[in-house]
Amino acid sequence: MAELTDTAQQRATGLLRDYGAAVRAKRIRAAMYFVALVICVLAASWSGEVDLRKFVEGLPRFGSYFRDITPTLRPATLGSDIAEWYWNFPVWLELLLETLLVAYVGTLAGATLGFFLCFFTSANISGNRTVSFVVKRALEFCRTVPDIVFALLFVFAIGLGPVPGVLAIAIHTAGALGKQFAEVIENIDLKPVEGLRSTGANWVDQIQFAVLPQVTSNFASYVLLRFEINVRGATVMGFVGAGGIGKELLGSIRQFYYSDVSAILLMIIATVVVIDLLTERLRHRLLGTAKV
Amino acid sequence: MKPRIAEPCDIDRLRTAYPSAFAPGYARRAAALAGISAVVGLFIFGVVWLGFSPSALVQGISKLGVILKLMFPPTAGQHMLVYLQALAQTLSIALLGTMLAALVAFPLSFLAARNVVGRWLLRFLTKRVFDAIRGIDTLVWALIFINVVGLGPFAGILAVAMSDVGAFGKLFSEAIETASPKPVEGVLSTGASKIQEVRFAIVPQVLPLLLSQVLYYFESNIRSATVIGIVGAGGIGLYLSNEIGQQSWDHVSFIILMILITVAIIDAVSGRLRRSIIGAQARS
Repeated sequence: MAELTDTAQQRATGLLRDYGAAVRAKRIRAAMYFVALVICVLAASWSGEVDLRKFVEGLPRFGSYFRDITPTLRPATLGSDIAEWYWNFPVWLELLLETLLVAYVGTLAGATLGFFLCFFTSANISGNRTVSFVVKRALEFCRTVPDIVFALLFVFAIGLGPVPGVLAIAIHTAGALGKQFAEVIENIDLKPVEGLRSTGANWVDQIQFAVLPQVTSNFASYVLLRFEINVRGATVMGFVGAGGIGKELLGSIRQFYYSDVSAILLMIIATVVVIDLLTERLRHRLLGTAKV
Repeated sequence: MKPRIAEPCDIDRLRTAYPSAFAPGYARRAAALAGISAVVGLFIFGVVWLGFSPSALVQGISKLGVILKLMFPPTAGQHMLVYLQALAQTLSIALLGTMLAALVAFPLSFLAARNVVGRWLLRFLTKRVFDAIRGIDTLVWALIFINVVGLGPFAGILAVAMSDVGAFGKLFSEAIETASPKPVEGVLSTGASKIQEVRFAIVPQVLPLLLSQVLYYFESNIRSATVIGIVGAGGIGLYLSNEIGQQSWDHVSFIILMILITVAIIDAVSGRLRRSIIGAQARS
């Protein structure tokens, strides 16, 4: 009996020892990562001109900024206060609609371009390796360069207005969606494609009748997600003169028209939230019917 | 050995057995057609309303062609050192902004998670605050923080951090909500407090996922950090917009090239880190 408990105890100490060693190894690894991170942060703070004193000084100003942009609304004169707050409402509304249209047209144009390009880059159905490589790099370029940089270039080439904004969003969208579309295609079931090929169908027929029915709902869902992102992006296109509400927002922030800032920001947030809710509902419906 | 697949001559029999499968389905087609024409109609309306004109477009594209030609060969001229410093500053903005956001969003995200906070109102308010923060673009936050702490990279860091708090808050709380309730029950059965429950039952489950999300956002923040310089919040964007303004196209292309290479390197490194973090979780 005593012998038995001894072995059990020995086993327990052995286990404890192993556990301790494992935990120690893990802690040492974590500590090493932590030290590396601290070094990176220190280097970054130096290069990023982080000044904690400035931050502490700025912190109350951050609070007072939000107090400043809060409009004065008194219950007694609520109607006229709101009217004064949104004194430029028709203009802002039109600019907001312009912003939405910029996002819509840009998303649709970019999605169309990405749609036609994605078939050349998916590893499982694209025929030619060289074409696939070239298209892939081109898409990568389009999505890595931020849309607002494209907008800067296009504003210079085409002139001020919403058109360069649309083109910038379209190019960036083509890059992002082309990649996502290609990934969807790489995950499809290839049996329908083989079946069609065995009947002698050409490449376009194979895509139309074997690939598209499998991917349409996923594609649409990605397009809707991208539209959400592009609505946010389109709100700042005006910063570089590429149309939409951004120009008004930039002006009111720079010139300290406090109540205008909050009025425009509130309109933007409301629009973005509504668009998010609508597209989320649409996407659930799309993917829901696709799964059944 | 009876063939299980219908012979071609069976088509007539199948047609009578399953008329709905062979029905022309006009209603569905009409609905699809209506949907497509609505989408295309709005597109055409947009193109007209936004003032696309073929002649201006052709002119613009030919001008772009000239610019493209002037972009080659890309060169930094005398500014190599300045550009490198600005690029390092961009990386710093992305790193510090992401970390600051993660540190702030981590405790807040528990307030928005259904399995941690029972009170409906608190959860709802936290979620809506996250939504509102996410609704505003990083560039707008940059402008606001320039008013608060002045021009420079510090405003950029705060702007990146601010817009990421919204994103992280949403992502983190969703990750926390999918955590398994079993460890929570186990820890609670020992008489643990709320804090202990979170620390020992939830955090170990979600930490790898959260870390990989933070890394992913670090990658995407490098892209946003390259542009906040356009409004004066530090980094390479300032030089990019200046060089475009001065039409030094060979410098512009050099800066774009620098950005592309940096983004590619960071993506590769952080992608590897992310896979190792998620892999470690899958193994244990």
